[in-house]
Amino acid sequence: MGRLKVFKSLVKDSLDVITHGSLRYHIWMASLTLIMLIGMYCYSIQLEEGLSVTGMTDRVSWGLYISNFTFLVGVAAAAVMLVMPTYVLKDIDFKQAVLIGEGLAVAALIMCLAFVVADMGGPSVLWHMIPGIGVFNFPNSMLTWDVIVLNGYLFLNITIPFYILFRHYQGKEAKSKVYVPGAILSVFWAVGIHLVTAFLYQGLQARPFWNNALLGPRFLASAFAAGPALIILVLAIIRNFSAFNIQDKTIKKIALVVTVAAQINLIMLVSELFKEFYAPTHHSESAYYLFFGLHGKTALLPWIWTAIPLNVLATVLLTFHKLRNNFKILYLSCFMLFIAIWIEKGFGLIVPGFIPGPYGKIAEYTPTGIEIGVTLGIWALGAFVFTILAKTAINIELGKIKFKK
Amino acid sequence: MGDKNKKWFSLNLNRKVSNETTCGCGKSSGGCGSHNSNPIPNTDSKIKSIGGERTKDGFEQVFDVKMDRRTAFKKLTASLLIGAGAVSTSCSMLTGDETKEKAQIDWEEQFKGNYKLMTDDEKKGTVDRLMRSYELRTGKKINMSSKNANEDVLFGYAFNISKCQGYMDCVNACVEENNQDRDSQMQYIRIHEMKDGRGLDFGEADDNYYHEVPAEGHFYMGTQCFHCDNPPCVEVCPVQATWREDDGLVVVDYDWCVGCRYCMAACPYDGRRFNWKKPEVPEAEINHNQHYLGNRMRKKGVMEKCTFCVQRSRAGKNPACVEACPTGARIFGNLLDPNSTIRWVLENKKVFRLKEDLGTEPKFWYFMD
Repeated sequence: MGRLKVFKSLVKDSLDVITHGSLRYHIWMASLTLIMLIGMYCYSIQLEEGLSVTGMTDRVSWGLYISNFTFLVGVAAAAVMLVMPTYVLKDIDFKQAVLIGEGLAVAALIMCLAFVVADMGGPSVLWHMIPGIGVFNFPNSMLTWDVIVLNGYLFLNITIPFYILFRHYQGKEAKSKVYVPGAILSVFWAVGIHLVTAFLYQGLQARPFWNNALLGPRFLASAFAAGPALIILVLAIIRNFSAFNIQDKTIKKIALVVTVAAQINLIMLVSELFKEFYAPTHHSESAYYLFFGLHGKTALLPWIWTAIPLNVLATVLLTFHKLRNNFKILYLSCFMLFIAIWIEKGFGLIVPGFIPGPYGKIAEYTPTGIEIGVTLGIWALGAFVFTILAKTAINIELGKIKFKK
Repeated sequence: MGDKNKKWFSLNLNRKVSNETTCGCGKSSGGCGSHNSNPIPNTDSKIKSIGGERTKDGFEQVFDVKMDRRTAFKKLTASLLIGAGAVSTSCSMLTGDETKEKAQIDWEEQFKGNYKLMTDDEKKGTVDRLMRSYELRTGKKINMSSKNANEDVLFGYAFNISKCQGYMDCVNACVEENNQDRDSQMQYIRIHEMKDGRGLDFGEADDNYYHEVPAEGHFYMGTQCFHCDNPPCVEVCPVQATWREDDGLVVVDYDWCVGCRYCMAACPYDGRRFNWKKPEVPEAEINHNQHYLGNRMRKKGVMEKCTFCVQRSRAGKNPACVEACPTGARIFGNLLDPNSTIRWVLENKKVFRLKEDLGTEPKFWYFMD
């Protein structure tokens, strides 16, 4: 009963915290709410009319939703880069950042699930997928694996920080015996979610662009670059707008993680490009379409040729210690890297998989306004969830809200 | 199909030693959750794996099972939203018996199980409900079958490239027979117009031509679902809404499909189509002779595909495309019948299949005179 009382008080206190703030904070939350409402309106049109209101067709049957889903799985997995040093290697410098990283993972996973639901043709029969009452095609379908790992990871990333914050809220130290096993599990689990998501595509012999052994490892490398890059940007904002003290050396250490991952990612990109273009086969056509266009169809060129230079430039900037240790340049590089990988691991990965089609048909894909509206709405949802989680966590950590007996 | 029953050549790539189930996990213990369909009559209701789908009909598959409080709550929340609408209609004093019956049918249809796992009685039950529902809605009767695969039948198809002239009669017959959406002009069959002298170059081919045929210097080749013996689309479906029937047809349960389109991405032959919007067929053009797994009316947001006209082929007729073809380029029959035309073609012509290297084992062969 005692715990329940504490929980009740925690909920009450956190509600109090998230509904109060500066004018800036209120404007931020209000605009997120507005975007979410617009997204919901767009989704209601999609529910009514069917997926025909999107740009997807029988030729390109996955688009913006699945692209964002794929990318966000990477962002979620990136929390491991903070969890591992803090809980497993006991690096004190990461301690402040790790809760933020886990909050980001939760927000990213919620977005992932929202994108998958938005992409479904029949969301009202999704219960067919619930093990026990539906038919769960495990282990044959990689999609069922993905459902398991994503929900499992979501569970881990909610419970571990919740336990720690719950203890701190009561003014007690969190017992490492309780949460460290979970943290270690989540390290492996994070690698799992991204590999499984890669296998989703990698296992399709029908799509040579995806059916490629490097896909999984490259997913990991790009995820460990883009995710921590986003965490750096978020920490920079939090440092600016709250009393939460994040030290320079924390950010510098995360920047090192980003740098190494971005370098490995670039090496793998070179390897991929070499394979596709040195001795091009019939199976290289998708890559040709992505980078140079095929038969005058060039819809993806502006995207990929934005992504590649940004990626290379950011990686080069990060590589030099002097430049990386300059925070302005660091933030700029992180932003560039994030955008580059969003394009590359989203649009640049999903759409060319379908072009050319199984019989060489080239039909291009352009998202519609409704699709973009739903997508922005889901991103706003993620930002909203993250803001709530982060604000509560920061206030508990700062000792501003405490359980009063 | 066990390997020992096979009467045609196959590469044996990816083939598991199967135990007469459609599951590919290679175990017979049932741990993968996809074995509960085999030999259906299991009357002992105590032995159940997933929710007891084996013995119960319709939504009893879902509801009439032993459950603890947690599962019960889960199920309740899942059904609450849809249920509320149906309940409010069926409890209203103002509505007539027909509305109540409609609501009852909608309720039962919403919570029925996977067709693949149903017993014959359950299959008949859902088909009866769907026929009655159509009658209540439109005042017209349809005839829907739930006929299972015949014994000792394995359907196969052969396409004579020399004969096809690109008339597209097969495409039109298919659309009419299978009640495909007229608005989006969905077509299961694609006819590729290829240039003479370029071989089978699909990249150069045009599958969307609007001119007089046969065009000078071109030849024609049709593609559709090849009903692979090792279908990648079936493996990837997260809910087993698509499967290979005993007579080799790869079918979809439109009511079980969740519309994730993973099967579409997995198909190397462009064999699957998705209902991006509510399919519309003018009442006068609807084919009233239907099969649950075939040409019954679809809804928006589900997959569909060629079924070799299951409503016709299981009744001993040729698919509509074969019947409509004016040149005799299309040959359909039972691969297990040594006297069938298809067997004659396979034994006497130089046949080939598309993308054999993928190990999908299509049951669709091409040949030339």
